[in-house]
Amino acid sequence: MKSLLRLIFLPLLLLAGQALAEAPQRVVILGGSLTEIAFTLGAGDRVVGVDQSSIYPAAAKALPKVGYYRAFSLEGVLALKPDLILASDQAGPPAAIEQLRRLGKRVIVLPAAPTLAALEQRIYGIAGALQLRNDGRELVTRLQREVAAQQRLPASRLRTLLLISRSDRPEGAGRDTAAHSTLQLAGLQNVLAGQKGYKPLAQEGIAALRPELIVTSTMSLQAVGGIDKLLAMPGIAQTPAARQRRVVVLDDLLLLGFGPRLPEALQQLQQAAAGKAP
Amino acid sequence: MNTATLAIAPSRPWRSPAGMLGLLAALLMLLALLSLSIGALGIPLQAIIRIGFGDIPANDPEMQLWRDILFDVRLPRVLFGALAGAVLALSGAMAQALFRNPLAEPGLIGISAGGALGAVAAIVLGSGSLLVLGPAAFAGSLAATACAYHLGRRYPGMAGLLLAGVAINAICGSLIGLFTYLADDQQLRSLTFWGMGSLAGASWPQLSLLAPWLLLLSLLALRYWRALNALLLGEREACHLGFPIKALRRTLILLMALLIGPLVAATGGIGFVGLVVPHLMRLLLGADHRLLLPAAMLGGACGLVAADWLARIAVVPAELPIGIVTSLIGGPFFLYLLLKGRAA
Repeated sequence: MKSLLRLIFLPLLLLAGQALAEAPQRVVILGGSLTEIAFTLGAGDRVVGVDQSSIYPAAAKALPKVGYYRAFSLEGVLALKPDLILASDQAGPPAAIEQLRRLGKRVIVLPAAPTLAALEQRIYGIAGALQLRNDGRELVTRLQREVAAQQRLPASRLRTLLLISRSDRPEGAGRDTAAHSTLQLAGLQNVLAGQKGYKPLAQEGIAALRPELIVTSTMSLQAVGGIDKLLAMPGIAQTPAARQRRVVVLDDLLLLGFGPRLPEALQQLQQAAAGKAP
Repeated sequence: MNTATLAIAPSRPWRSPAGMLGLLAALLMLLALLSLSIGALGIPLQAIIRIGFGDIPANDPEMQLWRDILFDVRLPRVLFGALAGAVLALSGAMAQALFRNPLAEPGLIGISAGGALGAVAAIVLGSGSLLVLGPAAFAGSLAATACAYHLGRRYPGMAGLLLAGVAINAICGSLIGLFTYLADDQQLRSLTFWGMGSLAGASWPQLSLLAPWLLLLSLLALRYWRALNALLLGEREACHLGFPIKALRRTLILLMALLIGPLVAATGGIGFVGLVVPHLMRLLLGADHRLLLPAAMLGGACGLVAADWLARIAVVPAELPIGIVTSLIGGPFFLYLLLKGRAA
């Protein structure tokens, strides 16, 4: 009798397993902000590989890396046998994305633009692909509410300089950058709004711009060699921000990623602007 | 100028030159097989052979994945690597004979720098899509070479061409610097990765576009072995031997530009293959271009297939830009050759 029951239930169980398996179980993600969204939605256990820009959360850092998302390794991705690839529209080379599709892999490309609208599209896209639509909607509603609450606070319009560095020569962020968008949302005034993109700092120019707050990222600070070295740099040392040691340091993905931690980033920036301890 | 290494008689004669070519071809086959089999995903040699004979069970997803990876990813890449390496080394051998200098390479007269300038301009000013980037790089390399040739023609001999090449290289370099400064964050990253070179974009359409063109031009170039041998003796001597020296120089430069231009466009900067491989072959076989040119092609193909393989397996599952691998191995190896030559 028992064996007969088993005979009937086994196919049913298998069928049920099939229905569940339709939700992707092996996901490779190309783009740090996308990884952060997938983990926030609670799908971190389904991610089997990420790119080098995926530095948050710590669990993502421990996953196999398939290279930097702008030049990922096609074979590296295939070797992980993914059933879904989530890629930023900046991921490449374009030929490799095409090849993934040609090989029958499901690739979903999401916008990388540093705007709230694009962030919502990223969240909806990922939640849809992972069959977590409700969680996605909840996350977007929460983000909208938190960002709106922060927008209602009076904007400090504090003169702010945002520094990014890969070597011991920091670069200032101008307009048309993710950094600029973050500053704007936080109600801060970017002193380098006149320049486009990231440019090496002109020593005399920086002092003349009189920034009252300096914002930088963890990796940039490491590259420069610490906060004291940064503030002692000619040009920067003469700014009001350096004299009052008003510096905010956020982790790179928090500051530039436009991910689900955006409200956290805005809050830290606003607190620093209001003069509370960073 | 170190003409000693350019003497036609080999410094260390290989017993059978034809055997040497056969050995190189065998090495190329071996490297190609290794490269097809070992990567981020290991494919057993047995499976490769079965797939090669079309023996793929319909219900075996693993074999089908392997077949897709073999045919769509690795095979075009290995073929393209072999082709690019062969062409780079062939052009290098031609340049070394033309300039009668073992340190010469096609880049001397601005071919690579012009191509890079065209590509960088396309990335910064245009959309940076491959449709624009390729032709722009090709046009850039041809324009730079034409400039160097026409400006250098006013001086007798090769000195003028070299000097003009140095100037064109410097101008291209500074313009690339200017474009880099103007580039925004996103363009800057594309620039960096393009500059380091890669075979990752290799695909069948690209191969079918480039392979006939490059192979035809290479065959044409192989036929100039007599002229290249004569050039080793000196321009005056070549002239006395009955070679129309000015027309010859123009043809060789044009050939190099037509060979290297499309490659720079397709792969970015891949350094050192054009310099080291012909040099190594000359040490092994002597400077008779009848043998040296095909040997350089085979050697270059081996070199680049091996370098690309290393680039793929060094940091699995990610991958290194191939330009880094060729320079990292080629540089020290070249120094070793130079020092060994000094001691002998």
